[in-house]
Amino acid sequence: MSLKITRERIKNSLVDKIEDISGQNVFDCYQCGICSSGCPVTDYMDYSPNQVIRLIQLGCVDEILNSRTIWICSTCLQCSARCPKGIEVAKVMEALRTINLRQREGTLKPEDIKSKDLKDLPQIALVSAFRKLTG
Amino acid sequence: MKLGYFPGCTLKTNAKHFEDSAMQVMEVLGHPLEEMENWICCGTVFSMTTDDLMLQLSSIRNLLRAENQGYDELVTLCSMCYNTLKRAKEFILNDEENLRKVNDFMYREEAKFKGTTDVVHLLSILKDRITFDEIKKKVTKPLKDLKIGAYYGCLLVRPKELAIDDFEDPTIMEELVDTIGGEGVVFPYRLECCGAYQTITEKDITVKRTFEIINSARNAGCEALITSCPLCAFNLDQRQKETSEEFLEFSTMPVFYFTELMALALGQKWNKEWKKLHYINPVPLLKEKGLI
Repeated sequence: MSLKITRERIKNSLVDKIEDISGQNVFDCYQCGICSSGCPVTDYMDYSPNQVIRLIQLGCVDEILNSRTIWICSTCLQCSARCPKGIEVAKVMEALRTINLRQREGTLKPEDIKSKDLKDLPQIALVSAFRKLTG
Repeated sequence: MKLGYFPGCTLKTNAKHFEDSAMQVMEVLGHPLEEMENWICCGTVFSMTTDDLMLQLSSIRNLLRAENQGYDELVTLCSMCYNTLKRAKEFILNDEENLRKVNDFMYREEAKFKGTTDVVHLLSILKDRITFDEIKKKVTKPLKDLKIGAYYGCLLVRPKELAIDDFEDPTIMEELVDTIGGEGVVFPYRLECCGAYQTITEKDITVKRTFEIINSARNAGCEALITSCPLCAFNLDQRQKETSEEFLEFSTMPVFYFTELMALALGQKWNKEWKKLHYINPVPLLKEKGLI
């Protein structure tokens, strides 16, 4: 993947917003990749967790806000627990989802859940999915 | 020290057998659980945003009510309730401004939230308060020759600040299994995410996770799994239906709440209603081991 990196791009106000909502400094990351090696769902992601952090460092926020990765992350916190720089990567993922959700852009529409599934699914699954995936 | 019990939503429905068996266990151990009044949703998943206090309100409202009802500690059975309530409490108490703002929402509550009630998981009560030595004395039907994998999932051990045991290498559930006469088997995927709420939007992921987690347990010699999370239980048990269809080489495995097996070991009768809440029928294994 090739990227054109410009000063304007790196001084992106969305990067500040991500840091503000997550409370994390993404510039602490030195790309060791331990977050991605521990993540159990990278197979399903378009960008691995360390790539997400790198792209934010480079100001490429649009790519990340439109990525599948942020919705696949299930906040298991393995990345946050293991990061040697103390970056809570799961909080960065949450901030990215949040920016979408505050614009009513989620991946789960309650009306799309089939009635048969509704009967089978426990409340704990429904409520947690609504909280994380519905804008 | 007054203990209150916080059930949470699923303990009254899909995980009713978790609540029933925990009640029985605590009765036998001489510490009956007293359900707190007027509890509401715990929040289910902790919001990790720093700037949205609305998402913390239901957790804090529960903790405030528990405080007002005079409980020093609030015990949860569900891992998600434990995690969400405990993190919300830390998040609000660590910032005076947050504490002031969150209290602005509590108009109809008796008093202000101060954060005096601790949130504790039942496993910690069993280990630290009642102690495994005391539990062992009350075992009348040990789980002889039963190899059990303890599936911790995420929320009992992460974030590490509130882990109920070592966050990378916990042993509390394996010790509990050994205490009640079984063999606690350590297997590689015991701390790995089950896919959680992706079970709705990305069912394929949870099916694959179930396949990998149960295979990992099987290869380590486990005959059954125990858990304390109703969402993990749903994914690991109910999703074995889809897992069996998707992966022809897959063989099924019963999944229990840890209190179900404790109740049996402590001489309680198997409740036939519990079987209906399991997808993989656990009865043949329990019969084979002479437990029912």
